Amino acid sequence: MSAHVEEHFAGSNKLFVSIWFWLLLLTLVEIGLAYKPMPIHFMLTILLGLSIIKAALIVAYFMHLKFERLSLILTIVPMLVICICLLFVFFPDSFRSRDMRYEFKEAPAVAPAPEEH
Amino acid sequence: MSTEAGAVHFPATDWDGGVHPYRVGHRKLGMWLFIVSDSLTFSALLIGYSYLRASNVWPTPFPFYPSIVFSSVMTFCLLSSSLTMVFGVSASSRGDKTAARKWILATMFFGAAFVVLHLIEWNHLISEGLRPFSLPAHWVSTFTTSDGRLPTPAFGATFFTITGLHMFHVATGIIYLGVVAGRVKKLKHEDIEISGLYWHFVDLVWMFVFPLIYILSVDVGGHLAK
Repeated sequence: MSAHVEEHFAGSNKLFVSIWFWLLLLTLVEIGLAYKPMPIHFMLTILLGLSIIKAALIVAYFMHLKFERLSLILTIVPMLVICICLLFVFFPDSFRSRDMRYEFKEAPAVAPAPEEH
Repeated sequence: MSTEAGAVHFPATDWDGGVHPYRVGHRKLGMWLFIVSDSLTFSALLIGYSYLRASNVWPTPFPFYPSIVFSSVMTFCLLSSSLTMVFGVSASSRGDKTAARKWILATMFFGAAFVVLHLIEWNHLISEGLRPFSLPAHWVSTFTTSDGRLPTPAFGATFFTITGLHMFHVATGIIYLGVVAGRVKKLKHEDIEISGLYWHFVDLVWMFVFPLIYILSVDVGGHLAK
């Protein structure tokens, strides 16, 4: 073993394997959900909830953020969450345009091209 | 009277300079800031996708095999690559650079498997006739609603853009890790940890791409096969 242990990296390999196991388990739950008939809003809510839990596990343990200083966490996480939430401002327009969409019934009549002399 | 004698010395705080207030090096802080900005790029793409999806008739074409089986195995590859990467960083923190290199090479293997499987999955969709701005003809006939509304051709654009940008990140990560593995003995522990941060971020993005793009577009009733 090298004499110069450069930095302490918190977390045991056992912990990382258990995180990996939980991530796989949540992924299997997601795949199972895909084949359960349910309203899409309900499914979207559950899937996003599970994804956020998975992302939190990755960031906290694999990316080690749980073991960093609180000041670093407070600098990075809240502003990212706020910026992503601000992007939701577009959705009312999305629902509006769904209801206003032109419905294609048949090809519009095209006027015959003027004959050239 | 000398000013030196009268000066009051306050202890330096975190924000007075000369120390690392976040207790991380500037390169690691830089990688975190890059990850934040790249998260916003993917967030904007996924929100754009959701915008289009909510305002259009959206096809749900993915069969269990090959699409869902392939994307699930790809998810397994990425999650496992994150585990091997964290083992590599852990070995590096103990000063065991040889083991760190071994784990980083394992990470590259899983990453490469992800890219190969994804390209096969892309090839399957392209051979079916999916293009960035048009759907295969049998998708259009299958997913046209009973009141005659056509499925949107934007499906291909969002699918290829989001999964393509993610695949580009994975491919870039493999090259990055290759350089780190080659120079592992010369690099400091923090540099190896930084490459790990990037790799875990790529895994993290897939945790949102996989359910939103694949799971929500499963052809549950097998309509396309009929």
